[in-house]
Amino acid sequence: MAEGMTWSIEEADKLTQAEVYGRVLTQLGEKDPRIVAMTADLAKSTKIGAFEQKFPERFINMGIAENSLFGIAAGMALAGFKPVVSTFAVFAALRSAEFVRTDICYQNLDVKIIATHAGISFGQAGSTHHCTEDIAVMRSFANMTVIVPADGIETGNAVAAAMDWPGPVYIRIGRGFEPPVNTRADYGFEIGKAVTMRDGRDITLICCGVTVLQAVRAARILETQGLSVRIINMHTIKPIDREAILKAVVETRRIVTIEEHNVMSGLGSAVGEVIAESGKACAFTKLGIPDAYAIVGYPEDLYNHYKIDADGIVEAVSALMGREIEEDENWDDET
Amino acid sequence: MPLTQEDIKRLREKAKEIRKAIIDITFTAGGGHIGGSLSQTDILVTLYYKYLNIDPKNPKWEDRDRVILSKGHGGLGWAAILGDLGYFDKALLKNFNKTGSPFGMHLDMLKVPGCDASTGSLGHGLGIAVGLALGARMAGKAYRTYCVMGDGELCEGSVWEASIIGAFHKLDNLTAFVDRNKLMIDGPTEEITLLESLNEKFASFGWEALRVDGHDFNALAGAIEKARTVKGKPTVIICDTIKGKCVDYMENDYKWHYGGLDSDMRDKALASIENFYAKA
Repeated sequence: MAEGMTWSIEEADKLTQAEVYGRVLTQLGEKDPRIVAMTADLAKSTKIGAFEQKFPERFINMGIAENSLFGIAAGMALAGFKPVVSTFAVFAALRSAEFVRTDICYQNLDVKIIATHAGISFGQAGSTHHCTEDIAVMRSFANMTVIVPADGIETGNAVAAAMDWPGPVYIRIGRGFEPPVNTRADYGFEIGKAVTMRDGRDITLICCGVTVLQAVRAARILETQGLSVRIINMHTIKPIDREAILKAVVETRRIVTIEEHNVMSGLGSAVGEVIAESGKACAFTKLGIPDAYAIVGYPEDLYNHYKIDADGIVEAVSALMGREIEEDENWDDET
Repeated sequence: MPLTQEDIKRLREKAKEIRKAIIDITFTAGGGHIGGSLSQTDILVTLYYKYLNIDPKNPKWEDRDRVILSKGHGGLGWAAILGDLGYFDKALLKNFNKTGSPFGMHLDMLKVPGCDASTGSLGHGLGIAVGLALGARMAGKAYRTYCVMGDGELCEGSVWEASIIGAFHKLDNLTAFVDRNKLMIDGPTEEITLLESLNEKFASFGWEALRVDGHDFNALAGAIEKARTVKGKPTVIICDTIKGKCVDYMENDYKWHYGGLDSDMRDKALASIENFYAKA
């Protein structure tokens, strides 16, 4: 992270991701006058409105016009500004996908998108407001960087890092309060560099967003069953940390991915691509929302329903530990 | 300042050269969006050769006026002008559409000097232009932003989103044009949808709405100058044009939205252009 793009909030672990984002953005706005904040009638919901309180002259609310939100952001970037744009993930990634792709990514413009209410974090709202496709969509856009922070503290780190990262960035966060995984901000967050939350030899859990905490909880249970569990917080989906995945393949031979997203084309697929290209045998399974529209409910109930909470992860790990994998006689040349 | 006789002579000469270049490029490219390139020519020629504050030797000059060709399929005609102005060696236009060329049908701002935004997906340009105009004001810059739209793209809802936002922000540093050639790919606009009355539509959205003959340099100049004096709102200049203008066998025929030319058709097109400009 370049000098200047730092942030500091007391008790960030007690705030929602969006609350941390709004406050951090406001702090960064002090340091970089090129930052302009833009939304489409969701200033309060996305918490980007915090920036407006401090810098009303650098805040633009489009009204409910998401396509123009991204088109106008592209124009602002062409005019030399650094637009930070917030709306719900479902609108950023789906309604406005072509504007994000063509106006921002194709032109490789310095626009940062912080999309809230992602995944099933707004579970009660129903599928019109769920977004279990955004990782898939955004990672398929050339030039786009995709980050899924685990909690509020990591959201602060990601937003700050994105300001110094060239080109378009998509940061996906949730809606309400989720218990934090991190207690300190200085754990060395770097875009594209996964965080190993704990080391282990028997199996690796690769997760992002709210599932990182669930993986940590699952690992505690699994440890009592005698398993040594590695946890990789893959906060950056693109560019993905290939090295961390390949190391896990060689060293643990069993990998579970967990994401609050359709199991198709999200984190699990991104990890699976790396595993497949490695040519090494690996027992692998993906946890996430099945290829269906999620049921309505409170997020924690849905995490349980879709087996991406600690209990679901424990169940999946137990199943995967029983799966046979083809032995490779050349283990030694890999480590 | 109205145009002088000298101005008009010069603009006519440029328009003729550009139209002939459009025919030549279409011939070597194997095909192109020829009808709309010909209909927009007088609008772009008036802007580029009379009004824009630009420096082709310094295409990224931060105080330059911006041009967003929202009807990105007019890229072939636009490239002919940018090449003529010296943004790049116009001999490169022989590679238009060719594999590996910087010039595709819809110009890419990362590859073509002078191209201020990569367009082609209709309904995108006005939003980008609104962003540039807002950014100019926020940065305290005096440059103007010009956005040239096709008439067919006014079907896109995003145009009207951007229109509302541009009017709300009172962007009097923004001028939009509509190349109203009345034809879209599948036929006449008013047989496919309901665009008119465009003046009333834009005016009711809070814009200064002007309407001119898009092939009349005096009328275009008058509207562009008027737009510079309008305060507190953006201006749209609806330009009545003829698709395929100056090529007799293409004029007002929607089938010439896109097409290729063999040498005989090229020669006839060039002769038709010569013939048009030979008249007083």
